[in-house]
Amino acid sequence: MPNTATLLIKPMLPWSEIWPPIWLTISLATTVTALLILLGTPIAWWLARSKSRWKEAVGALVALPLVLPPTVLGFYLLIALGPNGPGGMLAGAWGARTLAFTFEGLVIGSVIYSLPFMVQPLRNALENVGDDALDAARTLGARPLQIFFHIEVPYARAGYLSGAILTFAHTIGEFGVVLMIGGNIPGKTKVLSVAIYDYVERLEWGTAHVLAVAMIGFAFLVITATMLIERRHKRTDI
Amino acid sequence: MWHSDDSSARTARDHPKCSVWFLLRRFALRSEAHGAAQDWVGKAGLLLIRGFSFLVALSLALVTSFSSHAAEVSAAVAANFSATAQDLGSAFTAETGNTVSFSFGATGLLYAQISQGAPFQVFLAADDGRPGRAVTDGYGIDGTVFTYAVGKVVLYSPSLDLTDGGAVLVAGRFDHIAIADPNSAPYGAAAVEAIEALGLRDALASKTVVGENISQALQFVESGNAELGFVSQAQVIDQPPARVWRVPAEYYSPIRQAAVLLKPGEKSAAARAFLDFIRSADGKAIIAKYGYATD
Repeated sequence: MPNTATLLIKPMLPWSEIWPPIWLTISLATTVTALLILLGTPIAWWLARSKSRWKEAVGALVALPLVLPPTVLGFYLLIALGPNGPGGMLAGAWGARTLAFTFEGLVIGSVIYSLPFMVQPLRNALENVGDDALDAARTLGARPLQIFFHIEVPYARAGYLSGAILTFAHTIGEFGVVLMIGGNIPGKTKVLSVAIYDYVERLEWGTAHVLAVAMIGFAFLVITATMLIERRHKRTDI
Repeated sequence: MWHSDDSSARTARDHPKCSVWFLLRRFALRSEAHGAAQDWVGKAGLLLIRGFSFLVALSLALVTSFSSHAAEVSAAVAANFSATAQDLGSAFTAETGNTVSFSFGATGLLYAQISQGAPFQVFLAADDGRPGRAVTDGYGIDGTVFTYAVGKVVLYSPSLDLTDGGAVLVAGRFDHIAIADPNSAPYGAAAVEAIEALGLRDALASKTVVGENISQALQFVESGNAELGFVSQAQVIDQPPARVWRVPAEYYSPIRQAAVLLKPGEKSAAARAFLDFIRSADGKAIIAKYGYATD
């Protein structure tokens, strides 16, 4: 009776065990996305407008997490967040020894790891703001901040939207860095991807299936959404 | 656009450098004669694929015939045993000429991979439950399970004086204590048993950080992020005595690490030889050197 068995999976799921990782993952992704909108904007703006010869070097530095394996970042973060690194010094401000095994540590790791997913779409969007509009605004006496908020941000809103979606999704899907610096603490650092890994290891594949299929559905929605946004943006551009 | 019609065929045939084309065309004509589709480019692709797979098969045959002199054993090994296994591997190679390729991981994860057809020939687990289960589930060979090492749990810290480790645990003057995942790593389960035996389950709950396997638990301690942690004695065998507290044996059930020959290794003489070597006097001496007891 495979059909009844599949139906019965739902009430048998350990929901009290499943909800904390889901909630934690969503709060982590939300925090990281909000921080990266603030942090990514000046970086992307500088990369889009600057004529410095260091521009492409900085751009490459920002893009590094795209290429580096999470183990490289995880390894250096483990040291940097620890008692002998800057993270330990920062943690000392409130009497802790390390930022590893904390939500804050995960936020720092994920911000670095997802940086290119915010900066790249923003940079592209800001570069596409026409010089005509900027020149016109300057001629009319607009100050740089006015230009930024009244012309560049509205023009780049599609970039903000796809940057935010990609960052949020990428943080949800983050695994390697969290595994290396998180310490797998339920409710604090045990995120969804690590929880799935745990269920697979414990041979509780029923639960692993439910979470994994939900992740696949989520990822599909996110990618479709970004593609739709980009298509619509291109259409309104012309 | 690639469908051939007569005029294009003629011009191409007239061209002197089209010997490859001739081959393809001949193949296409033959298939047309057999009443097959006219898409000769597709047929030519098939021909190329056939030729390529012939080459691949040939090179594979060459490679396997060369390597049959010195066979390679592929072994899935529990993370706590990694240093010892490598030592065993090189001694085995020195003696027999056969090499061993190791895949290290948490016993639970390795078992999950074995159940999905991972090509491991030998499984050295950190418990005796999973090798037994491998046999009942049909992944292991009946009658090949044996205990190769009995592991010991120690408390380790590079910074604290652990001469009386129990007292250090009770005093609790630390922020983080690392253990391996008790659900998948037997050393993690043993650490939890020891913590419960000391009556410190609630006191340490908020300070416990969990490594994916015993190696990661040690990594948390070595990087200084956790002040101390429960690891296997084998991992810290070189450390000074004050850094290591041997957890009394009555605090946890013995960690009997069992090995099993897996289905992919059934016909491999080298895989059986490696298991025999682990059981030999030489093998046992190496295992004991790393702080394990042997049967």
